[in-house]
Amino acid sequence: MILHPGILALLFSSTLILLLLLIAGGVALRIVRHWNSASGSATQLQLERQTWLVATLLKYVIGFQIITLFLLLFTLDEIHPLFVGAMCATGSLNANLVGWLVLLIKIGLVFAGAMWLALNYLDQRTEDTPLVRMKYLLLLLLIPLVALDLWLQWEYFSGLRPQMITSCCGSLFSAEGEGVISTLAGLPVKQGVPRFFAVVVLYAVLLLANLRWRAVVLRNLLFVAAVLLFFASLAALVSFLSLYIYQLPSHQCPFDMLQGHYYYIGYPIYLGLFMATLFALLPGLCRPLATTNSLQQELERIEPVWLRLALFGLMLFLVSSCWQMVFGPLQLLGS
Amino acid sequence: MILNLKLLEYSLSSLWRRKEKNLALVSVYALVIATLGSVLLLTHALKTEALMTLTAAPEIVVQRTLGGRHELIPIAYARTISEFPGVGRVTPRVWGYYYDSLVKANLTLIGIEGYHEQLELLEGRFPQAPDECVIGAGVADAFGPQIGDFLVLEDSSKRRSEFRVSGIFRSASNLLTNDLVVVQEAALREFFAMPAELATDLTVQVYNSREVGTIAKKISYLLPDSRPITRDELLHTYDSLFNWRSGMMLAVFVSALMAFLILAWDRATGISAEERREIGILKALGWETSHVLGAKLREALLLSLTAFMAGLLLAWWHVFVLGAPLLMPLLKGWSVLFPEFDLPPVVDLYQLAVLGCVTIIPYLACTLIPAWKAASSDPDDVMRG
Repeated sequence: MILHPGILALLFSSTLILLLLLIAGGVALRIVRHWNSASGSATQLQLERQTWLVATLLKYVIGFQIITLFLLLFTLDEIHPLFVGAMCATGSLNANLVGWLVLLIKIGLVFAGAMWLALNYLDQRTEDTPLVRMKYLLLLLLIPLVALDLWLQWEYFSGLRPQMITSCCGSLFSAEGEGVISTLAGLPVKQGVPRFFAVVVLYAVLLLANLRWRAVVLRNLLFVAAVLLFFASLAALVSFLSLYIYQLPSHQCPFDMLQGHYYYIGYPIYLGLFMATLFALLPGLCRPLATTNSLQQELERIEPVWLRLALFGLMLFLVSSCWQMVFGPLQLLGS
Repeated sequence: MILNLKLLEYSLSSLWRRKEKNLALVSVYALVIATLGSVLLLTHALKTEALMTLTAAPEIVVQRTLGGRHELIPIAYARTISEFPGVGRVTPRVWGYYYDSLVKANLTLIGIEGYHEQLELLEGRFPQAPDECVIGAGVADAFGPQIGDFLVLEDSSKRRSEFRVSGIFRSASNLLTNDLVVVQEAALREFFAMPAELATDLTVQVYNSREVGTIAKKISYLLPDSRPITRDELLHTYDSLFNWRSGMMLAVFVSALMAFLILAWDRATGISAEERREIGILKALGWETSHVLGAKLREALLLSLTAFMAGLLLAWWHVFVLGAPLLMPLLKGWSVLFPEFDLPPVVDLYQLAVLGCVTIIPYLACTLIPAWKAASSDPDDVMRG
């Protein structure tokens, strides 16, 4: 299976990402050991220059990581006809269960990377850059994750045996299955819809409250609400939003909506969800770090921007995912 | 925003100032992309063509094997299979290959019986007498006969048989009819000297596509010497075959990519004295490291996007206009004797995404560190030389 062009491209780019990150890690290690912002020595000057290299490398790594995430989903969709019984990307993932781990780790990496970039942005805006050590220590933590990503991809693709009988999304996400995903999918629409919208309303209220007041408690509550929103939305997408999007009471695949025959509606949905989650996590995440004056000032300046971006993400997500629920011809709930 | 546009403007003018050098780089880069792109486009087109052919294929084809080899199948088997619940028509097919030593071409001869509904006729009519035939467009080109002329073939006992051409095919898929000669079944049996109670294989129509697997199992259980081949199996096999082939080719051409990347790395590292001075002046004028770095990275991005476009156009032209003369013999791999069939010009986003990942990402990664090195140089050192 390794010699599929898409799989080759994935493994190739993941190797490159790891290489870039290793270079960044090498520099980061030097910075962690020798950084001394009070000193004006040649070493310190050199280190300060190298922070630019690391920041740029990381931006590229995150960019590439996002691209490979989508390439992975595309490839999964592309190879599903090779597995008997698989009808979409879900079937390809079920052909070798390591695939789910790959997906999970890739999504986690995109979030972690984006948070790192936000932290870096915050730090670089200040004069005294107080977060340098922590930033680069966190960067070192990313390396094993990326290495794990590459290794799991290798395991997944080399473990694929074409023509294997796999359960398709129809049976995996049906109510009879066991495990978390099918439990989620099996949730009756009547209970699922109010629960999902309750979480959305909670999140939205907290977001608006955060825009109005600056209390740390609110930031922390929003952090929790964002995590809740992320998982509730994924569950809603699998359990009932997908039914409305595909206009089919049996099709519950979360990946098919990224394809052309559903007008790529998945992109605004996932982009919106990503923004709504990430930008609502950031204020809560950065508050405890803002120990110096400069950081606090910078944070006060950037927080409203983040919160507005989160609001925009939420609206984008809601409009693109619930459009069909409101205006589409399919009705799951009796009037 | 304004800063971004200004940096972009600077990058463009900087690329333009060194146009000879950059043009050389872009052309080599585009050539590499065109090579890899041709492989991807061609295999995708061949795959599409094969799938188009197979969608018209019957749900199950039943062959008989003897000693592991394909054998003629008794027509009596058709009755056994047609009694299974869920099975529609079971049609015995009579067909075979014919090698013409004069034109050096392989023809596929098919006896007409329940086959013609899938093929649209270009002109003329289906054979209505034992000495009439309908030929594919490729056969018409190679042998030269038109409607009303005679196609002369040698039968199994090397006797000359003449068929009057009553029509010429054109089907949605060229691969299917290009080398086809259709005659009446009785005439073909006589031509091949095939006994009346045997057929080449059986096609089985299955009403419900979910039952195909079960019926195939039943067939191999009740008729142990038969080999049922389902359409899905054929599709998988073609899919894996083409994937494997294009992956293989890609892996081979990645060495060319590596060579190019080393060139790009070398070029980006070996920055000229003039460029160094320029960066020094920019920094003396108040540019920050991040600005210079941004401009340099934009240069790399512009360069690779230009090369990507150019390479893609080149690949398109090579595959769909010229018919991929450089790759066809390596990728096609079955004995098609009329290579001039038109490939359906299909490009999907997935192929572009794969191509982009394999070519643009490594180039950008490759130029990143040299760009930073150039950008972080000290203006004082540089200006002094």
